[in-house]
Amino acid sequence: MQVSKSFKRLIFWELGIPVSLLIIGIYHGLMQTIYRSGVIHQSSFAHLDYYQGLTMHGVINALVLTTFFAVAFGHACITFYLKKEPNKVLGWLSFALMIVGTVLATGAMVSGKASVLYTFYPPLKAHPLFYLGLALLIVGSWIPLYDWARMYVKWKAQNPLVKTPLAVLGTLINFTIWFVCTLAVAYEVLVLLLPWSMGWTPGVNVTFARTLFWFFGHALVYFWLLPAYIMYYTILPKVADGKLYSDLAGRIALFGFLLFSIPVGVHHQFSDPSIERGTKFFAGLLTYGVAIPSFITAFTLAASLEYAGRKRGAKGLFGWMGKLPYLDPNKYLFAYMICGLILFIFGGLTGLVNASYQLSSVIHNTAWLPGHFHMTVAGPVFLAIIGMSTYLYSKMSGKRVFLPKVNVIIPYLWVIGVLIFSTGLSWGGLIGEPRRTNLGLSYLNPSNELFRPDWVPTTMLALCGGIIMFIAGVLFFIVFFGTMLRKQTEEGILELPVSEAYHDERRVPLFDQFKPWLITMAILIVLAYVPAIMNVMKNTGPKAPRFTPDNPVPVAILNK
Amino acid sequence: MSLIDKTEKRVMMASGAVLALFLFSVLYAKGKYKSDLPECLPYSKAYETPKVTKLDDSTYQVFAVAQMWQFQPSEIYVPVGSEVDFFVTSKDVVHGFNILLKNVNMMAIYGNINKTTVKFDKPGVYKITCHEYCGVGHQNMQAQVIVNYPTEPPPNLPR
Repeated sequence: MQVSKSFKRLIFWELGIPVSLLIIGIYHGLMQTIYRSGVIHQSSFAHLDYYQGLTMHGVINALVLTTFFAVAFGHACITFYLKKEPNKVLGWLSFALMIVGTVLATGAMVSGKASVLYTFYPPLKAHPLFYLGLALLIVGSWIPLYDWARMYVKWKAQNPLVKTPLAVLGTLINFTIWFVCTLAVAYEVLVLLLPWSMGWTPGVNVTFARTLFWFFGHALVYFWLLPAYIMYYTILPKVADGKLYSDLAGRIALFGFLLFSIPVGVHHQFSDPSIERGTKFFAGLLTYGVAIPSFITAFTLAASLEYAGRKRGAKGLFGWMGKLPYLDPNKYLFAYMICGLILFIFGGLTGLVNASYQLSSVIHNTAWLPGHFHMTVAGPVFLAIIGMSTYLYSKMSGKRVFLPKVNVIIPYLWVIGVLIFSTGLSWGGLIGEPRRTNLGLSYLNPSNELFRPDWVPTTMLALCGGIIMFIAGVLFFIVFFGTMLRKQTEEGILELPVSEAYHDERRVPLFDQFKPWLITMAILIVLAYVPAIMNVMKNTGPKAPRFTPDNPVPVAILNK
Repeated sequence: MSLIDKTEKRVMMASGAVLALFLFSVLYAKGKYKSDLPECLPYSKAYETPKVTKLDDSTYQVFAVAQMWQFQPSEIYVPVGSEVDFFVTSKDVVHGFNILLKNVNMMAIYGNINKTTVKFDKPGVYKITCHEYCGVGHQNMQAQVIVNYPTEPPPNLPR
C-alpha cells in the first residue's frame, strides 16, 4: 500500500538508528569472547573496560535494538492490516523520547559511569542519566500502544464480526504485555533508583528492586519474541509457498503469552534470599504454563512448513524438509526465519531447564545462561529483526537489496556461529564457569593462581563461535547499509507477505476480545506477585547505600 | 468445520503428558532427594559477622559474608561426612555464592539472609565462586571449603 513520506521516514529512522548502534553492540560481543577465552589478559581494550563493554552489549542489543524494532514493526503491521497510518505527531513524539533516552543512556555508558550491566541491580549505582535515559526509552515506546489501541477500537466498531487480523492481535498483545511489565521497571527506575542515585534517598531495598526488575525482565523476553512469532505465523508460511496450518492456534498461543508472560518472573529469583519456597514453586509451575504456547507454535509451524513442502512436490514422511526455499535470494525472509526456528528448538529446551525448580541450582548465573539466551534473543529474535529490517527498508525505500546472495547466507552463518558459541557456554556453565566475568584476568590466565585449565576448551569454543557470529554481523551491516546507499529503482511501498490459513476457523468471540484475558492476566499477576512482594517486605533488613563498581566504600562516605 | 482437528488434539495430549512428566520429576526430586532451593530466613544482624561454628562432630554452621571482592571466611575446614549450614549475606553490592559440584547456588544480598544445607561426603577442595558481577575485582572473588585435605588446618584458622 502507499504510505506517506513522513511515515516512511519515521520507519527508516526507527530501523536505522538501532542498527547503527548495533555495530557497537556486536563489537563488544566479539570482544567478550576474546577476553573470556584468555586471549588477552586485560581489564580494558581500546580504552573500553570489559564490564563497560558488557553493559553496552546488553543495553544496546537487548533493550535499544529490540524496543525500536518492536515499535517500527508494530507501526508496519497496524498500518498494513488496518489500512490506516498512525497519528503523525504521536509517532514522532514517541521516536523523539526514545532517541533522547538512548542518547542519555549511551552517553552515561560511554563515559564509564554506568558500568552496571543491563540488569542494573542496586546497590551498584549508575549515573542518574543512565536511569533517566532508560525511563525515556520505555515511556516513548508506550505512546504507539495508545495510538494503535484507538485505531483498533475504531476499526472494530466498523468491523464487529470480522476476525482481527492475526498480526494486529499479536502487536496489541505484545504491547499490552510491554506496558504492564514496564510499569514495574519504571517504578523501580524513577521512584527507587533515580532519587537514590542522586543522593536524595539514603538507601534502597535491594531484593524489592530485583523483584520489580524481574516482573519486567521475563516479560521482556516475550516482548522480544512476539514480533518474531507474528512473522512466523503471518509471513513464514507465505514465503514458503504454503499456508498457516491453523489461524485459531495462533490466537490461542498469543493469548497464552498474554496470561503467562509476567507472572512467571520470580523464576529468575530462585537463588534469591527473602522469597519463600512456595512462592518460587508457584512461579515454576506457571513457567511450564508458558511452554504451552510454544508447543502449540512448534506444531503449527511444522505443519505449515510440511504443507508447503508437499505443495512443492515433496514425497514421504520427511521429504518436505528438503523442498523448502532455503537459499532462494528472493525469499531471504524464509532463510532468516527457518534459521531462527532451528536455534529456538535448543533455546526452548535449555529454557525449560532454567525454569525447573531444582535444576536452576546447577546452572543459575553460570555461562549456561548466556548460552541459553543467545539461542533465543540472539536466535529467532535477532534474525527476525535483522531480516525484517532489511526487508522493510528495501520495500519502503524502493531500493533493491545489496548483495542478495550474501544476504541469504547470513542467517546460516549466524546459526553455525551461535551453535558453536552456545555449546561452549552451556558446557562451561555445567562445569561452573560464571557468566558476566572477565575470565581472562584470573580464571583463564595461566599465571594466575585461580587458573582453571578445564575452562580452556569451553571458552575457546565460545571464541570460535563468536568470531563466526561477528563475521555474519559484519556481512549484515554491509548488506543493510549497502542497500541504503543504492539508488531507488521501484516505487517505495509498505507491503508484507500475507499467509492464508489452511484451517481458517470461524470467528470465536472469546479469541477476538481482550477483556476476559486481561482480567485473567491481572488475577495471575496478583496470585504470583502479592506473595512475592509480601515475602520481600517481611524478610528483608536495612536498605543499601550507593556503591560504585570500583570501591567497597559507599559513595556517601567517600564524599564526606 | 470443527475448530480443532485430529492431529492437533493428539499433539495437545502429548504436550500435556510431557508437562505432567516434568512436573512429576520436580516433585519427585523434592520428595525423594530433598533437593530444594535456598531456605528463606528473615534478616538478622547476627549473620553479618563471619564465622564457622561446630555444632557437633558432623554438623557445622558457616556465616559467610560476601564483600567487594572477597568472601569471609575465605577458607573453611570441615571433616568428611559433615553437614554444613551456609548462611550468606553481603556487606555491599550483590554477589553470587556458587559451590561447584554441590549445587549450592545463592545470591548474597545486602540486608538479606540466604541459607542452604549441604553434606560433604568426599574429601577435597570445593571452590566457592562469585558468579554475579560485583565491580572491578569480580573475577578474583573466590573462597574454598576444604574437606579433610590436605591435613589438619593451621591452628590460627577456625575449625
